[in-house]
Amino acid sequence: MRKLVTSMLAGIGLTLACGTSVYAQEKSLTIFWAEWDPANYLQELGNEYEKETGVKITVETTPWADFQTKTFTEFNAHGDAYDLVVGDSQWLGAGSTGGHYVDLTDFFKKHDLSNVMAPATVKYYAEYPGNSGKYWAIPLEGDAVGWAYRKDWFEDPKEKEAFKAKYGYELDVPKDFKALRDIAEFFYRPDQKRYGIAIYTDNSYDAMAMGFENALFSYGGELGDYATYKVDGHINSDKAVAALDAYKELYKFTPPGWAKTFFVEDNQAITENLAAMSMNFFAFFPSLINEASNPNAKNTGFFANPAGPHGDQFAALGGQGISVVSYSQKQDEAMKFLEWFIKDSTQKRWAELGGYTCSQAVLKSAEFQNATPYNKAFYETMFKVKDFWAVPEYAELLQQLNQRIYPYMIGGSGTAKETLDALAADWNATFKKYGRVQ
Amino acid sequence: MATTMITTLDRSSRAAARGLSDISIRNLFIIPTVLFLIVFNIFPLIYSLGYSFTDFRASTNAPANFVGLQNYRDLLNDPYVWANFAITAKYVIISVAGQLLVGFGVAMLLNRDIPLKGLITTLLLLPMMLSMAVVGLFWKLLYDPSWGVINYALGLGNFEWLADPKMALYAVALTDIWMWSPFVMLLSLAGLSAVPKHLYEAAAIDRAGPFYTFFRITLPLVAPILMIAVIFRTMEAFKTFDLAYILTSQPTAELISIRLYKMAFQEWQTGRSCAMAYIVLIMVLAITNIYVKYLNKVKER
Repeated sequence: MRKLVTSMLAGIGLTLACGTSVYAQEKSLTIFWAEWDPANYLQELGNEYEKETGVKITVETTPWADFQTKTFTEFNAHGDAYDLVVGDSQWLGAGSTGGHYVDLTDFFKKHDLSNVMAPATVKYYAEYPGNSGKYWAIPLEGDAVGWAYRKDWFEDPKEKEAFKAKYGYELDVPKDFKALRDIAEFFYRPDQKRYGIAIYTDNSYDAMAMGFENALFSYGGELGDYATYKVDGHINSDKAVAALDAYKELYKFTPPGWAKTFFVEDNQAITENLAAMSMNFFAFFPSLINEASNPNAKNTGFFANPAGPHGDQFAALGGQGISVVSYSQKQDEAMKFLEWFIKDSTQKRWAELGGYTCSQAVLKSAEFQNATPYNKAFYETMFKVKDFWAVPEYAELLQQLNQRIYPYMIGGSGTAKETLDALAADWNATFKKYGRVQ
Repeated sequence: MATTMITTLDRSSRAAARGLSDISIRNLFIIPTVLFLIVFNIFPLIYSLGYSFTDFRASTNAPANFVGLQNYRDLLNDPYVWANFAITAKYVIISVAGQLLVGFGVAMLLNRDIPLKGLITTLLLLPMMLSMAVVGLFWKLLYDPSWGVINYALGLGNFEWLADPKMALYAVALTDIWMWSPFVMLLSLAGLSAVPKHLYEAAAIDRAGPFYTFFRITLPLVAPILMIAVIFRTMEAFKTFDLAYILTSQPTAELISIRLYKMAFQEWQTGRSCAMAYIVLIMVLAITNIYVKYLNKVKER
């Protein structure tokens, strides 16, 4: 009996304690993001904000696969579960025209963020429509597609000699797509269970599109004219056709079963000794220099997406900006957090914690560039990135791209020209449907 | 002579003592269920029918415009959607036929006195107790060309089960067969054990061969219960999503439900996806009806 009374009292006490602690932390903000390491770094940054101001920051996460679905389900219901969302760059159109994001133009101008943040991040993470001078997000996590490679394979004298004998030039970090292809072919040795290259092929969201964009942009091709929505003559231009063929060519040198691959598989290609080179977002590179997650950490190097045959060099953009949700009850509090977040000292701390800052000052500092083996490649890449369409119907455009390109890439049906002509027609029809072109 | 539809209340019961009539007790039980059904099933069903005639997108604040049958026209003219239907039909046939064959076969094997029969049956039932998503993840590892157990055991080298456009659908169906054959087995076992023993004895006396016995006694008597298994499995196979979604992204294995998911929750074409859902619903209803008709016929025999 006595035991029962004690435990009941303890229970009541605990409930009260919990109740009061919730009451004490009345000031709180919830930030929604995908489930990955940068979100943990943001939580750490948020903890420091809490120490300074007493406002509790909670970073809520969900796996990448249903990040988009979950966010927009909440938006569509006008829910206030999240005060801020770290949304993908393609969402800007849907977020702004749908009324889900708070207009941050004044905030942007007041703090002169167009000059504080790297130009590409402002253009692709914050502004919508293009060149309109209206801003909907603060660039938070810069990201782009880069490459990891096996330094030990590349630097092996025997390999170097054999490579030179076969191709007539030195085996080194590839400077252009031709070298990328040659090296991939060179290391493709199925009998040794070693393969040339790991690329993105997953067609369920934007993975394959990002991989293809890497080739497309460096070949000097474009998805279309972002101002007039004209796609014919852009996405099916000779350069684009050559780029698609180049990307398909790389698929020949991938490990077996490489038909639904994204960041997890591409990192595995390095950790499991499968491939000499592997494409991935910079955000996934921290685990490659960590010996606990990559036994080859010491032998892993990084490089920026190589140039195309005409000397153009670009990369596909990833990354996210942080937006205030217009259904949030705590928008003032959210704005205060953003003011703190854009301070130089915070941006520096953000980079130290592992976040990929978009602040020009931090990016350009030698301290940042030397902090990790990939920061320099990241810095170089962030000033030459391009992104996918950001219109509200981007998901339809993405689906059409997957639908056309995947059977050609993986199944080998049709030709590159036919594939891209069909894609141009699909996109044109979609833009017509939404009244963007006549 | 009136037939009472419901059992009348016992006059000495507590309910009767409190003045509750038969009718009020019936209502007490039925009304909450009916309300629940209306709110969560019937209402969304009708509401989405309305949406299927509009260009509504849940991700924007733009008002929905009435577009008539445009969505249905577009969908039924879309070669990709037809391809999805063809893929789904192929998948349903392979998967249900496979389950029937394996499930019924195993049930025949188990339908005799063998030691540890209970334990074996229970162990065989395990696959269907797993979650579809977990099965998908496990089989993805099993199928892996680089370190998968299947290629290792069969000595297939680097055979690409899921990356090969021609093989992917069969690989998904194979997983589904592995997972759901036990369900067919369970139903078949119940059916088999209900076949009267004296029929077999009579057949034995008449010197009927094993094939004759099987086709003239076992199969006709188990048929109704097998039909029920077929109906359930067809409906389930028709709406397979998680398994196929996790295992492969081959367009040659894109089932109609995956297509529907992408349209509704990635592209946010709410109006059009409602129309698509209706097309699928009508198809499933039609197929099920054919089965039910056939089931009734089988039962009459």
